[in-house]
Amino acid sequence: MRDTTDQTGPMMAADGTPLKTSLNRALRRQKLRALALIAPLLIFILVTFIAPIADMLFRSVENQIVSDTLPRTTTLLADWEGDSGEIPSPEVFKALYTDIFVAQERKLHTRLGSRLNYELTGVSSLFRKSGRRVEDMGEVYQDQFEDLNDFWKDSETWNALMGSDDWLAEQAAWDDKSDARQPAFEPREEIINLLPQTAETFEIFADFVQNEDEDNLAKEDPWALVYSALYDDLIQEPDISGYGGPGSAELLEAMAAVRTFETVDYTAAFQDIDKDWHDIEVWQTIQTYSPDFTSGYFLNAVDMKKSPDGPEMRPENEQIYIKLFIRTLFMSLVITGSCILLGYPVAWLLANLPARTANLLMILVLLPFWTSLLVRTSAWKVMLQQQGVVNDTLVWLGIVADGGRLALINNQTGTIIAMTHILLPFMILPLYSVMKTIPPSYLRAAKSLGATNWTAFWRVYFPQSVPGIGAGSILVFILAIGYYITPELVGGTTGTFISNRIAYHISSSLNWGLAAALGAILLALVLALYWAYDKIVGIDNVKLGG
Amino acid sequence: MHPVSFFVLELRQSVRKTAGYNGEPRLADTTTGDAFVEFERVQKSYDGETLVVKDLNLSMPKGEFLTMLGPSGSGKTTCLMMLAGFETATHGDIRLAGQSINNIPPHKRGIGMVFQNYALFPHMTVAENLSFPLEVRKMGKSDREAKIKRALDMVQMGAFAGRRPSQLSGGQQQRIALARALVFEPELVLMDEPLGALDKQLRETLQFEITNLAHDLGITVVYVTHDQTEALTMSDRVAVFDDGRIQQLAPPDQLYEAPENSFVAQFIGENNTLEGVVKEIKGETALVELDDGELIDAKPVNVARAGERTRVSIRPERVEYKKERLSPDAHTLKAEVLEFIYMGDIFRTRLRVAGREDFIMKCRNAPDQTRLKPGEQLEIGWLPQDCRALDA
Repeated sequence: MRDTTDQTGPMMAADGTPLKTSLNRALRRQKLRALALIAPLLIFILVTFIAPIADMLFRSVENQIVSDTLPRTTTLLADWEGDSGEIPSPEVFKALYTDIFVAQERKLHTRLGSRLNYELTGVSSLFRKSGRRVEDMGEVYQDQFEDLNDFWKDSETWNALMGSDDWLAEQAAWDDKSDARQPAFEPREEIINLLPQTAETFEIFADFVQNEDEDNLAKEDPWALVYSALYDDLIQEPDISGYGGPGSAELLEAMAAVRTFETVDYTAAFQDIDKDWHDIEVWQTIQTYSPDFTSGYFLNAVDMKKSPDGPEMRPENEQIYIKLFIRTLFMSLVITGSCILLGYPVAWLLANLPARTANLLMILVLLPFWTSLLVRTSAWKVMLQQQGVVNDTLVWLGIVADGGRLALINNQTGTIIAMTHILLPFMILPLYSVMKTIPPSYLRAAKSLGATNWTAFWRVYFPQSVPGIGAGSILVFILAIGYYITPELVGGTTGTFISNRIAYHISSSLNWGLAAALGAILLALVLALYWAYDKIVGIDNVKLGG
Repeated sequence: MHPVSFFVLELRQSVRKTAGYNGEPRLADTTTGDAFVEFERVQKSYDGETLVVKDLNLSMPKGEFLTMLGPSGSGKTTCLMMLAGFETATHGDIRLAGQSINNIPPHKRGIGMVFQNYALFPHMTVAENLSFPLEVRKMGKSDREAKIKRALDMVQMGAFAGRRPSQLSGGQQQRIALARALVFEPELVLMDEPLGALDKQLRETLQFEITNLAHDLGITVVYVTHDQTEALTMSDRVAVFDDGRIQQLAPPDQLYEAPENSFVAQFIGENNTLEGVVKEIKGETALVELDDGELIDAKPVNVARAGERTRVSIRPERVEYKKERLSPDAHTLKAEVLEFIYMGDIFRTRLRVAGREDFIMKCRNAPDQTRLKPGEQLEIGWLPQDCRALDA
């Protein structure tokens, strides 16, 4: 028999394959089965927990709305120097006209307005107003072209001019009533070369009609924007002598006529809509928020803002979030502390009373879980209000004067009282399960060694219950720091948490980016505290039982 | 030289001694009046309906090693807890060195205690565990260190001062528990089944070490166990508990050889029991008629007159079947061999005697000894003083 320990190199299995490979093969089935068992939960967590968190974190820096809605403007604006004190060049205004025209057709300009309004008040109405009036600017050219020749009035003739022959044939064959898809618009090659701006805007228009409105392109008159582009192309006097396709004669005629056309000064026209368009600050805001990603939401979440000179603090009267964060942390700590103070004796009783009495007490501890959170919180409103049970009792006992009733609700006191009550079981249960494992013989041993009751408790019992305090505190603190409904109901204005602000931005102001940034900071804060706890106390020192 | 005796030499100089110990097993002097621990008419009830301890009277001189032995629920641990101060006596008086301690809280009694599960504080090192009783006595740091070192050396655990209890084996934890109970030099040490969780061999070693330590330090020990071998090998006196009472309080040899009632006879060691009625009592001998009509001689222990029912108890090793070893006028019984078991040092034979099939006879494995075969018919007998007529 060969001694396997004599071999050099990797250990071999009986069939000559390396032992590692053979072991891995043998374990693979087990691993796969284990994975299959946890797969449903894993997928569930990925879809409902990890993905939303990732999406939220992404939203806090995402800012594509500006460059998506105003692509031409933001590109041109990159070269503009805001410090010069001069408004951007006419080209920028022209680009702005194109962008806003397209955006208002797609009804995106108001969304952009709301987004930029977070950074500069008034932008929202500026965009809404401009969206309404921008059509008028294009109609100047539209009217003149249409007066010149009926050719420019008709959607059929426009299509014949702009579309490729193949597409025109397909479009003619397509039955409007049938279920078949409308043939996608294809531009005519020669026109792209001769009239680039017209071709580009017409394509946007065609794409919008066919894909977003789902109308028949043959029956839709072009946007006024297309006429403006046609004017811009023709005023350049392109060489159209070589073009012989449909509408060549009308093009020649129009090119001769445009020199006499009444023109539009976009810079002035925008000032006409709203004089804010000549305000440097509006343009600086647009320029600052042009990049696809921004730190603006995070700066906003810590009471700072972007300025041309880099981040700076907001004015004193606009600073709220840092104060709210500090208040949330402070109040969560106070709540955790009062839960320890109130929960420790109860947990001790639970762990040391005879089983029958302890069970009854345990039911009392768990009772709150059987009652709706809303009901419990509302009960505190009844208890704590100025004309409530507590105040009435204090007045009746003569402890406070009738005129000097205590303000116990709609402030920090209310939030702390109600949340301590609601979170108390989360402190008692881990404490109880840890205390249950401490044998009473330790206290007896300490006493037999000469320790007084207090020394025995403090030196022997308490250190062994610390893991329970740790577990309970982490549980209560993390629950408290993100609590929403109780502060909302009993917190008034001074007792609300950062989560109430997040909820406000999610559901009322619809500033999801800021909500996401606040949430991300809260998450980072909790993780940082968890890390600090691990460093100071050690996370091994946390026990939920056994 | 056993390590314990080596350390004991060292300790002789340092530890306060109360009684000279010459290395011989000694019997405590129970006749003197200066009892160190006294229970007087002590009763204990937990629920107000039944008594767990009924009328306990016990007196221990200083330096005695007393074991409380009994089945579970017999009240022995309750007695220990009352002495330690964790339970209060419902009635009666407990005195320590002549002073009633009923109203003294446990931490002021100065009694060392070793617990069943050791109760070493898991969050402290061995040294911190030992330092605890000294710190609560506000002892200075250098004194503490010296005492800790001496106590650890005493149990041969000097190298383990920095360990946590969880890093020690059961036997090591037990030694530390012992050192902690002794480090503040109490005069009385209570031990509540301290060796219950250890394996047989370790238990025997520690039994020996504990008795030696106790005698060398001159401390008084109250030891609770349900293991009779432990009780017999370690103690100066054993108190057998049953039903909340001390059934017999005697040195180990008396307990084994002269049990005073049938409970003690049954509980201590192996025992054969035959039932019958006392025919007559003549001085030191009683004639007993067994239930199947046969007659035997016995020593009357707690039977008073003829006509009483009795249980006769004979130790298996005192049963003889060879005619030449019995006195000629002794009553004998017919027996049939049912089973023969070879156990190395002894032969154990199960017999059918007087209608019972659980009668055991033990013979020493000697060259002249025969190995009996099942089915053999014998005549068995014994010396009258080895056969004790006890209560029915």
